[in-house]
This record gives sequence, structure tokens and C-alpha cells, in this order.
Amino acid sequence: MTMTQIVYERSKGLQDVETHYCPGCHHGIIHKLIAETLSEMNLLDIAVGICPVGCAVLAGNYINCDFVEAAHGRAPAVATGIKRTRPNLLVFTYQGDGDLASIGAGEIVHASMRGEKFTTIFINNAIYGMTGGQMAPTTMVGQKATTAQSGRDPRMHGNPIRMAEMLSTLGGMAYCERVCVADIPNLNRARRALKKAFTLQLQGIGHTFLEFLSTCPTNWGMSPVDAGKWLKSSMALYYQLGVIKDITAKEESK
Amino acid sequence: MNAEVIFNLNRCKGCGLCVSVCPKQVLRLDEIVTNVKGYHPAAISDQSSCVACGNCARICPDSVITVKKHKIEGEPA
Amino acid sequence: MKKELWKGNEAIAEAAIRAGCRAYFGYPITPQNEIPEYMSKYMPEAGGVFVQAESELAAINMVYGAAATGIRAMTSSSSPGISLKQEGISYLLASNLPAVIVNMMRGGPGLGTIQPSQADYFQATRSPGHGDGHMIVLAPNSIQEAVDLVWNAFELADKYLTPVMLLADGMIGQMMEPIVWKRSQPATEVDKPWAAAGREGDGKTHFVTSLRLQSAQNEQFVYALEKRYAIIERDEVRYEASGCEGADLIIAAFGTTARIAASAARRLEAEGIKAGIFRPITLWPFPYDALRRLADQNSVKAVLTVEMSLGQMHQDVRLAIEGSKPTPFYGRTGGMVPEPKAIAQKAAEVLREVK
Repeated sequence: MTMTQIVYERSKGLQDVETHYCPGCHHGIIHKLIAETLSEMNLLDIAVGICPVGCAVLAGNYINCDFVEAAHGRAPAVATGIKRTRPNLLVFTYQGDGDLASIGAGEIVHASMRGEKFTTIFINNAIYGMTGGQMAPTTMVGQKATTAQSGRDPRMHGNPIRMAEMLSTLGGMAYCERVCVADIPNLNRARRALKKAFTLQLQGIGHTFLEFLSTCPTNWGMSPVDAGKWLKSSMALYYQLGVIKDITAKEESK
Repeated sequence: MNAEVIFNLNRCKGCGLCVSVCPKQVLRLDEIVTNVKGYHPAAISDQSSCVACGNCARICPDSVITVKKHKIEGEPA
Repeated sequence: MKKELWKGNEAIAEAAIRAGCRAYFGYPITPQNEIPEYMSKYMPEAGGVFVQAESELAAINMVYGAAATGIRAMTSSSSPGISLKQEGISYLLASNLPAVIVNMMRGGPGLGTIQPSQADYFQATRSPGHGDGHMIVLAPNSIQEAVDLVWNAFELADKYLTPVMLLADGMIGQMMEPIVWKRSQPATEVDKPWAAAGREGDGKTHFVTSLRLQSAQNEQFVYALEKRYAIIERDEVRYEASGCEGADLIIAAFGTTARIAASAARRLEAEGIKAGIFRPITLWPFPYDALRRLADQNSVKAVLTVEMSLGQMHQDVRLAIEGSKPTPFYGRTGGMVPEPKAIAQKAAEVLREVK
């Protein structure tokens, strides 16, 4: 008699549709991790995601929970409106680097400052995807973009922003980690981070923030596999992976 | 134990990430086949060498891959 | 003059540089991304300033800053981004500052779509920002006209100390057409003694502000704006009327819709219907008198407005006509583009009903 074990199959946390994302885009992988985590933690019924303006504008069609579309950059404000009025919901925002670090910089600072009890999922791929490859606040020095065609120059464009570190200086930030899905060990760490963030949200701890370093093969002009390598060899040197802030860890070690 | 790796061929975008994470290097993009999207979909070249780790399925951005383990009863794990 | 093939967005950017613009502040939004992209490379090469701002709101405030210090500045965006700029535009017109704003309209409302639309007409002509006040609104229907109007935009802005909007849609931004560069020199420079660019030698300071806490004083300021607007309305109206003399019907349309209406007029001609096209080029100031005069002809049975909206310029057409003739409307909206056949059918139907 044969016993069959399913090692991996498509998560029920995903809607059964194809995505518009480019081949190898990390949005697909990260959507999957969110879907799997929400599904395992039995949160799909009470989860509300807020999708951005950017490639993930259609995230509400892909993940199998309620979604609200926010204007460009305003997701933290929209999330505040939802979580404060309905604290029993599991609220998460899903924002790109233009959405969160450029136009939405004000909103995320204030949401973190106030310790708003939702989870921010920040997709940092160092470029503007949807609009065709313009420079982002997180574009690396020397990296080419359509509005910095000779590459990012700190004299003209400043140095890229490390959002996770900057926001972690705020008292309301409870748990902040930078992760990626560029290989299986990192993907597993990212999954654990997601579970922790959602768990802490359920405990009402404060603002939880995960920065996902991600690839944009199309606008970086690389194959998906090469993009993953560049992420690890270049981006991860400037944007260090790991826990940046965790107020629960401090308490445990007391 | 027999591993079974199933690809939803028409949803594959030929990104190659699965190929890059297979510890046994038994995956490749099938240059002969073109799917409905126009991509060369991923395929397994040697199912018997697969250890059903699931890495390929885990990393696939489009959840194209299902991995199963078939065990004969009484067989050691 | 040599013809060159240019993409609309890039042609407008190049025209601005040639017209003497020396500061561009913008933000990515489809369908005008080529404007900041082009400016990022060529504005610094021309000795000007380029900044990709953190948002459209920041960009208009950067324009306000540059304008306040006497520099010829511009920004560009598309519908949702223009909404973000409205506060800044109100500040510009309330501070007597020249600036040029390009709006490549897309289907709305909200995030909408990226396909073309003309549904920002009310926003541009009625309410560029909060409070009383107008900005001059120029509506090209081709890349050549857009390029030519860029010079006018900067000149009008400087002459009347007011923001000027170049209102187009994604079709003009994205398509490529042959153009000629009719002007080679920058738009006429004017003195800006009011600019906050440093105290003058005699200790005279310049305070660029729109705060007028004494309401009586504020009212006087608004009346002064009104006087200036009266001069603009008298002197700066532009429109194009083709085939309207002795027409059976006038089709009022602006921008790319007017080109589609012209195709419809050719169809109608084959059916024995003479349809004239009345195309405002300045949407503000609107050519009320010219339209009324043409509509008053005995031959004209109706004025049909065609727009890519629920009918916004339609209101100005009705104001011009004042009920003297029927003023029906035909449009598509949400990013959809009207077809010549449908316009022609509507026009024929209108004429049947009027008889």
C-alpha cells in the first residue's frame, strides 16, 4: 500500500488566479508566504490587507482575504483607520519602496511613531516597477534608473534610505526585521518573521514592520536568478538582513 | 520513496528560480516546449533523483509546482 | 524647417527646455513618465535643475519655491497627481507666481486607469485649487500644438504672474508625430523685481506669501486677481473653428477629441450634413463669444459637445449658448475613447430630432 504525503502544494491562502507579475518577481513569492502564514494561523477570515500603488496594486486579487486599495503612500493612514476602528481584524499593509519611502514617508513615520497595531510589509526592490524603472529612495548608489540614467549619484540624489533602521528609532515600533526570499534559508527565515509579526499584532504589542529586500528583474535588466544574486551580493551589504528592533526580545532577556 | 513533482505547465513563466534552488540539480527549463504564454516551462529531468525537498515548489512565485512523496507501507522513512 | 519625429511627452519636455525653463520637479505617474525621465537627463545638461520629488505634492512646492525666487519652473503629472498639486496651485495663484503645470489626463476618478480622458476639465477651469482664482488652461490637440503652446505657457505665466496648465491626455503624451521647431529662442524673459532672491542693496525685502489675515485686504487682493482675469479674458482667448460658417451643426470639442470629431465631420459630409468643429484652445479663458456668434447663425440647428467625460466643457458650451439653441452631449468616459462613427451617428440623430 502506498501512502502519499503532499510536501508542497499551492496555498489555500492564494486565490486561484494567475498574477500579472513578471517572471521571477519576488512579489509572487512574498504573496505566497503571506497567504501560507495567514492560512496556517487561521487568520484568512479576519485579515484585511491594504494594497499600494505600484506593481502590487492588484494584490487584492491574489491573496484570499479582504483588501482595501490605498492612494499612493497612504496605506499606513488607511491601516490606522481600519485597525483603530476594528481592532479585532488582522491588518497588514503591503507597500513598495516608492509607496512607503517616497510619497508615503510621512505616513509611515507617524504610524510607527504612534505604534499603530498593524503590520507593515515593505517590499524594497530599489526601483519603481509599475511605472517603468525610475529611481526610488532605496535605489543603490551607482544603480541606473530612468530618472538617474548615469546611476544614482549621492551628490545629486543623496544616499539611499534604510527605512527599517530609521523607523526603529521611534518608540512605537515594536518589532522590525529585514528579510528576503532570494534563497530557501532566507525564505524560511522570512516566513518565521511573518508569523512573529502577525502573532505580535494579535497580542496588541505595537507596530510591526518587515522589510523584504526583493528583486525586480525587468527594471534591473537581469534574469531572475541573476537578480537574486545581485540582491545578496550588493543590496544585502547596504541593507543588512536580520532583526533591527524587537522589544519582546529585550523583555525575554531580563 | 518515490518523489513526484508536478508542474502546472501553462502557468509557468520560465523564470528559472526553481532550477536554481534544486539541491539535486534535476530541474531545467524545457527549451523544446513553449507553453501558452510563450515561455519555456520548468521540467524535471530525473524524477528518480528527486528527494522531494520541496525547495522548487516553495520558491516558485506562481505556485506552479506540487511535490508529493509516495511511500510504500513498511518502507523505512 | 526640418521635420522631426517626437514622442509627445519628450517633445513637451524638450520644448520647455528650449523655451527657457530651468527647473523641473516631478514624480513618476503613467502616462507622463517620459517627461521626468527626459528632464532628468537633459535639464541638467541645459544648466537647469531636475529633482524627482518624493511626491507630486512636494514637486509643486518645489515649483513654488523656484518660482518665488524668480526662476522659470514647471512640473508635470496626471490626474491623481494633479489632485495632490491643487493646494500648491492655489498658493501659486494666490502669490502671483508664474509656473507651468502639465496634466496628461487619464481615466478616473480615483486610481482609475491609464487610458486617456478629459475629465479634469472642471478641476482645471473651475477649481485649480481651493478658493477664488483661475489658471490659464491651454489644450493642444497635437504634439506640434503642444510644443508651440509650451512657449506661450511660459510667456503667459510670466506676463500675468499666474500658473498656466498645459492640459492634454495620454494619447498626446504617448504617440509620436512629426513636428517642426518653429521657435529657436527662449520665451521672452521678464523682470521679476518681486522675487525673493535676496534683499536688494537698499535693504528692501521681498516676502512671497498668500497669507492676508485682514479680510478686507484679502478681498482687495482677490478683486485685483479678478481685474487681471478680465484682461486675460479679453486678450488671450484662443480657439480654432473649422467649417462652422454656414454649418448645419457645430461640434464643440477640445484636444484629441476634436481630431476624432473632425473624422466624424468628414463622414457627415458624405451624408450631406455640414458639421463644423469648434475647438477651444484656451479652456480658461473660454471662447464664449466666438462660440455664441457662430451658433447664432441661422443655418446652425444645434451645438453638440463631445468629450471624454460625463460632460464638463459641456457646461461652458451651455453658458455660451444660453439656451438659444439645443446643446446636446455625447461622450465616453473612464478611459474610453469615442469613435468617429458614433459621433457621426449622434450628430445625425440630433439633427433629426431638432427638425
